[in-house]
Amino acid sequence: MKNLIILGAGTAGTMMANHLHHHLQSPDWQISIIDEREEHHYQPGYLFLPFDIYAPEDIIKTIEEFIPKDVKLLKQKISRIVPTDNKVQLANGDELAYDILIIATGAKIAPEETEGMKGSEWHKSVFDFYTFEGALALRNKLRDWQGGKLVVHITEMPIKCPVAPLEFSFLADSFFKHKHMRDRVEITYVTPLSGAFTKPKATEALEHLLHEKGIHIESDFAIEHVDNEKKEIVDYGGRTIPFDILVTIPTNKGDALLERSGMGDDLNYVPTHKATLQSKEYANIFVLGDASNIPASKAGSVAHFEAEILTDNILRYIKGEPLLEEFDGHANCFIETGNGKALLIDFNYTHEPVEGSFPFAGIGPLRLLKESRMNHMGKLAFRWIYWNVLLKGTHIPFVSATMSESGKKFD
Amino acid sequence: MEKSIAGKSITVNEEGYLTDFSQWDKTVGEALAAEAEITLTPRHWDVIRYLQDEHKNQVALSIRRIGKSGLVDIKEFYQLFPVAPLKTATKIAGIPKPASCI
Repeated sequence: MKNLIILGAGTAGTMMANHLHHHLQSPDWQISIIDEREEHHYQPGYLFLPFDIYAPEDIIKTIEEFIPKDVKLLKQKISRIVPTDNKVQLANGDELAYDILIIATGAKIAPEETEGMKGSEWHKSVFDFYTFEGALALRNKLRDWQGGKLVVHITEMPIKCPVAPLEFSFLADSFFKHKHMRDRVEITYVTPLSGAFTKPKATEALEHLLHEKGIHIESDFAIEHVDNEKKEIVDYGGRTIPFDILVTIPTNKGDALLERSGMGDDLNYVPTHKATLQSKEYANIFVLGDASNIPASKAGSVAHFEAEILTDNILRYIKGEPLLEEFDGHANCFIETGNGKALLIDFNYTHEPVEGSFPFAGIGPLRLLKESRMNHMGKLAFRWIYWNVLLKGTHIPFVSATMSESGKKFD
Repeated sequence: MEKSIAGKSITVNEEGYLTDFSQWDKTVGEALAAEAEITLTPRHWDVIRYLQDEHKNQVALSIRRIGKSGLVDIKEFYQLFPVAPLKTATKIAGIPKPASCI
């Protein structure tokens, strides 16, 4: 019997287990998935937790309920991958041999990369919302905050879900308006980029929204340290921005496992072929989701599109056929803009987000790069889709793995 | 678009980055630096040559990587190119603006 091992039972790993178990079955194949955690978190929900829009129970389920019964789930800590021996070593001393390995260990925040970030004010006035603990601590702080300077800050790119800090700013604006205290809160959006987003057309639309909502933007800010006493962030050029609450997106890194295994780049991401999703160094290793270094967004939608293509490629690899160079970097993201509205963007490696309709050309019902209530309903419905469709590896009707150009207004 | 600089005609994109590195030479670099209000010292040239080499080797450039280059630390990099250093330095070096992000 041959072994396929998946490392990580988050969004990407779970989807892969659900895709592959239909194709790789006993007695020829055993699929195993390894993750030391008990819980599966709906990570997009972390955005809503600080504003009491979602409660913890809305976003937490067990890992177990999403793993098919014929896939072996090992709740163990992984100590190392030994790619030259095709083995995975567990912290309990066990060694597992694999024929094919899928790395889906994701990306995590690393606040320790910035001096003073995880200092005396951590989770007191300096918060992240990319972890459950951070989002919850921030919720508790915001519940009875009396106002002041709120600074939303990105440390460095790339980060998971690059639109989340913008969404946080928009939702904060809306949250304080509803609490009748918007006039007592000054919101500043601080980014290492030259503008609000990484792509020109979306940047234009998003900066317009920031302006409309009275959110001040500070661009080209490369943080050097957090001053916990003066409560300010300082950049390498000596610029300072004071805060009463700092909501920061710390440096994101791949799992430390990749560093221990000598397989990551300087941010612990695995060098991966961007169209086939095969590791650049080892033919029998594939990398899915946030764990790879491909130049696509680190987002659940990307992992979903990748999973459809990677399933084909793994089956081709097993048959000895050439891999399809099919993944185009397709991402599809809702951007909450507050007051019950949202934007939708759809883009890939070569096409930036533009205006148009989605998924049906000329019809919609969703509007690209334009605020609408329907888009917001789409975002809320997405939580149900995540738990019931996406994780199970079911194809979402009318939304193809590669990006569609129809219905879009390209120049 | 065409741009006339240091007595030469060069082709740049809408953000002012050279689109053809073969049009770059030291006088073009100096003129581009002057536009950014920077006077180039030997230390600046060390960094510019480093960036050009890394670009030639298809290494993705980032501030983090430059901090780990062993050539300059990030603090010095900012002293040399005070405003948006990576964007300014790559422009002067005649190489594309780093696609640092998605």
